[in-house]
Amino acid sequence: MSDLHHRTVAELAAALTAREVSSVELAGAYLDRIERHQGELNAFISVTRETALKQAAGADERRARGEGGALLGVPVAHKDIFCTRGERTTCASRMLADFVSPYDATVVERLQAAGVVMLGKTNMDEFAMGSSNETSYFGPVRNPWDVTRVPGGSSGGSAAAVCARLAPAATATDTGGSIRQPAALCGVTGMKPTYGRVSRYGMIAFASSLDQGGLITQTAEDAAMLLQAMAGFDPRDSTSVELPVPDYAACLNQSLKGLKVGVLREFFEGLDPSIEQLIRAAIDVLRAQGAVVRDVSLPNLPLSVPTYYVVAPAECSSNLARFDGVRYGYRCRDPRDLQDLYRRSRGEGFGQEVKRRIMTGTYVLSAGYYDAFYLKAQRVRQLISDDFARAFHEVDVVIGPTTPTPAFALGAKTDDPVTMYLNDIYTIGANLAGLPAISVPCGQTQQLPVGLQIVGPHFGEERVLNVAHRYQLETDWHRQGPPRFM
Amino acid sequence: MSLNRRDIDNIAQLARLALTEEEVPGLLTSLSRIIGLIGELDRADTSQIEPMAHPLPGQRQRLRADSVTESDRHELYQGNAPSVEAGLYLVPRVIE
Repeated sequence: MSDLHHRTVAELAAALTAREVSSVELAGAYLDRIERHQGELNAFISVTRETALKQAAGADERRARGEGGALLGVPVAHKDIFCTRGERTTCASRMLADFVSPYDATVVERLQAAGVVMLGKTNMDEFAMGSSNETSYFGPVRNPWDVTRVPGGSSGGSAAAVCARLAPAATATDTGGSIRQPAALCGVTGMKPTYGRVSRYGMIAFASSLDQGGLITQTAEDAAMLLQAMAGFDPRDSTSVELPVPDYAACLNQSLKGLKVGVLREFFEGLDPSIEQLIRAAIDVLRAQGAVVRDVSLPNLPLSVPTYYVVAPAECSSNLARFDGVRYGYRCRDPRDLQDLYRRSRGEGFGQEVKRRIMTGTYVLSAGYYDAFYLKAQRVRQLISDDFARAFHEVDVVIGPTTPTPAFALGAKTDDPVTMYLNDIYTIGANLAGLPAISVPCGQTQQLPVGLQIVGPHFGEERVLNVAHRYQLETDWHRQGPPRFM
Repeated sequence: MSLNRRDIDNIAQLARLALTEEEVPGLLTSLSRIIGLIGELDRADTSQIEPMAHPLPGQRQRLRADSVTESDRHELYQGNAPSVEAGLYLVPRVIE
């Protein structure tokens, strides 16, 4: 049983079904691993040991009664942006450091109904604003491949936890790359579904037209299993889409023969040559399986970072207006009057990056600037979205690197936010256009993992998962982890 | 385009954020940099383009019937409030 943590969700589910291991034993094994490595990695904000063991015992009872289900008894970790009833939900902010959610997010509720066991709440950038997990009020997460480097962000805790096998899988969210970028930097699989595919109810809002819940896993197959339970219409999210959810597992093995793959030309400009080489090798793996590869161009894509840094802060400044020091969250001491209560509770409760984005958003939405910045950005966003739509008339998926560089050193980019923002240059496009995208490990440079990104058309999750799975059948990068944690 | 101290104070007031003196220089520099970055949008010709209103083509905001769907759970929700009395949120006196 000592090798349990090497296994994928699919393999653990099989072991549980075969009664090779109980859910309580499995949860216990992961909780022990979390305890052993938490000091070094800081991947968790809360470890919910009692809840985990109780839920695991419940799953074992359900199985004893003859119940089944693909995920019954499988442990996962939740990003601390998802509300979990009766447990602390902090969003990695001082503002919510003591907040205990009165309800469950739909994602949490659905996974729980499927028998999934919650191990704990993973660390992240404060309110999901960051690309390195250094903006967390609870301190940075460290990359298990090299603890002097960042794990990426904002879902850095989820990525580091899966990378170090402290959890077989974790939920995550992606507003500008927050699932795919840390997945790439930690050498794990990160799946962002189509906007509206997974309910945002109970997922603390950052930028509501971009936010989407998804997964960090070891394999595309695991992402398919978990997404099956998470996805689907939810009347409590007004942008949740009323479309049937396909059987993702059934599509995984489909042949790639004749699949039209578009290689995004704009993603290779200025790319680190060692990463380019790995991406080209990954393209060859798909070609060898019968995929037809051609170049595609999205001429407006280079404007995705400036577009994002208008739209996302604008929505953030409006969403975070709810934190007023009155109804929940942090309140300053001895407020002089109501204005002082608002201003100091927010000034003291939010960290630097969150304040910077609220200020940016307030500025671009303020009188006299709304047309020049906000409406202009929404027009360019339409151009970028049209570029993708045109590409998907010609190809089935578009591919390229997930990030321009491998994991960088802690502190390397904290002085200049714009340098940090440019790290998301390849991931933001899929958010602006609302598209599904996955990052899978495709090699290493300087002994650090590199991610291959596969983007599909709206509601093309099954295609994206299929291409990723077929790639993982031919390669073993997703099986590799930092030796110390294996 | 770069911002000055008065701009920062004005934005902070609109955003209801109290800033410390130590925070201001860093925000001044970084916000000026960010506004430079977003100035790149001027390169795009958008004269014929409508602003995007929804991430998914053809989707509109869904409406539901105007009926009561929640029960009264104010005690549970107010459990997270910093200061409550008799079911009311307490704030500093507004009218003397």
